Amino acid sequence: MQRYIIRRFPQAIVTLFLVSLIVFILGRLTGDPVALLLSETATQEDKLLLTKQLGLDKPLPEQYAIFLRNAIQGNLGRSVRGERAPALELVFERLPASIKLAGLSVLVSLLVGLPLGVITAVTKGSFVDAITRVIALLGQAAPVFWLGIAAIYLFSVKLGWLPTSGYGTPAQYVLPVFSMSCFMVAAFLRLTRAGMLESLDSEYIKLARIKGLPETKVVWKHALRNSLIPVLTYMGTIFGRLIAGAVVIETIFAWPGIGRLAFDAVLSRDYPVLQAVILVIATLFLVISLVVDVLYAYIDPRIRYS
Amino acid sequence: MRLSLATKITSIIGLAIIIILVLTALFAPLLAPYEPTAGSLRDRLAPPFWQEGGSMAHLLGTDKLGRDILSRLIYGARTSLTVAVIAILLSGSFGSTLGIAAGYLSGWGDTIIMRIVDVAFSFPAILLAMVFAVVFGASFFNIIIVISLILWAEYARMARGETLKIKEMDYVALAQVAGVSKAKIMFRHILPNVATTLIVLATLQVGIVIILESALSFLGVGIPPPTPDWGTMIAEGRSYVATAWWLSMVPGMAIVVTVLSFNLLGDALTELLNPTRQP
Repeated sequence: MQRYIIRRFPQAIVTLFLVSLIVFILGRLTGDPVALLLSETATQEDKLLLTKQLGLDKPLPEQYAIFLRNAIQGNLGRSVRGERAPALELVFERLPASIKLAGLSVLVSLLVGLPLGVITAVTKGSFVDAITRVIALLGQAAPVFWLGIAAIYLFSVKLGWLPTSGYGTPAQYVLPVFSMSCFMVAAFLRLTRAGMLESLDSEYIKLARIKGLPETKVVWKHALRNSLIPVLTYMGTIFGRLIAGAVVIETIFAWPGIGRLAFDAVLSRDYPVLQAVILVIATLFLVISLVVDVLYAYIDPRIRYS
Repeated sequence: MRLSLATKITSIIGLAIIIILVLTALFAPLLAPYEPTAGSLRDRLAPPFWQEGGSMAHLLGTDKLGRDILSRLIYGARTSLTVAVIAILLSGSFGSTLGIAAGYLSGWGDTIIMRIVDVAFSFPAILLAMVFAVVFGASFFNIIIVISLILWAEYARMARGETLKIKEMDYVALAQVAGVSKAKIMFRHILPNVATTLIVLATLQVGIVIILESALSFLGVGIPPPTPDWGTMIAEGRSYVATAWWLSMVPGMAIVVTVLSFNLLGDALTELLNPTRQP
């Protein structure tokens, strides 16, 4: 088991390096930062001075090395907007809001999707099954940003039940989390259902029933366990969609998270902040993948020995 | 056929909608009652015909510039489908080729390609798209390029997985013994057997591309106006949600219906061709 983890670790590091390289190259492509930072009346002398100060006159590989060294020390430059706060600080400031949104959405989706998946598998072919699956399909087809707007229209404008935007009160969590959760509920439902249908047919479930175990235990304890692996796999892959969802949801609901931070940074060419966001997200992703893989190996012993 | 009745019904509905969509996109100039970019401010914000204030002249109402929503919807179908088809063809061929090569040739090439695939997966797609749009400008062409950059990795991973399975088959060994070149084996023997899985993936990806493309347009870094695009329409209608709900809701429904149809078709194909795969 340890060997498996030790093998995965260097892979993640290499990937992180490559991501940082891409971020660095893209940064250099966005244009001359000196021109961005100085006003138009700056003289040629001033420009040369700043170029030297920022180390932009050094050869590119050396610039990359400096960039890496700074990055590891936690220095990812300063925002070019507003108070010129350190980029990494800005990201960490906004990170909790996004994590709360994403985390809560995943949790809610699991709590709704898994049981529904079990129920539809057990009642396969019934009316409930059909209706639930249609709703799930719709949930997967609706773009997250449209769901957000539709939810605002229905629940805020027409019914007046919930606030339209903002961050802080529990009521303000409802619509954003709802919009984010839809596609995940649908996916969890379908994955669980498929896995359950397979498990419920298998030999060991028949044995459990013959043994006289109560049906609820057979279904919810034994069959469900084996349906969880595809769910876990899926959870490892939705990170990208969660980020994309975060960007649009945060924009629609004025949620102070890193999605919106990234979006604002892109539009205002605030490259240091954008770099910081991308690197933090990539790191998070790799950590999550690692955790998912280890959990995998833990749940399914067959993987450990492959 | 190994499909259940429910799947047969849903897949036929899906297929029917897709055919209607494709025909609409192809014959947009003939079907749309108005020019999508022509608007008269006198008629702005007219509601759909079934609401008070609406008329048969503009079946689905008009937007803030007085442009006919139905026409913009029809032309928008053209935009979305074109982007989807081209992006998927590009990324599909590129990704599959790399995937098959990685799977069949193994060794260093395999490792390098898979590392790059990992990087592609761990790079947040929407951020890459936004950066790309800002650095290289947002245009039809650039959107297709960046979406292809996001999609190819999944094809590579899947193609590689399938290739690894097929590689061990007898007919491949026979071809190798007979002295057939590596390239020919990959093209003539492995590719056709990997193709079915890839086609299923492509069908399911159309939905993803349409949503991604409209999300980018919604954020303002996608297809630039005034080209009619469903995402842009939703963005434009956002501030009018309370007063003119149809501006955002109608294109949104169009996206839902389109993506749903492709997903239904993809699901049916999955059931038909890969009965053991998870949805």
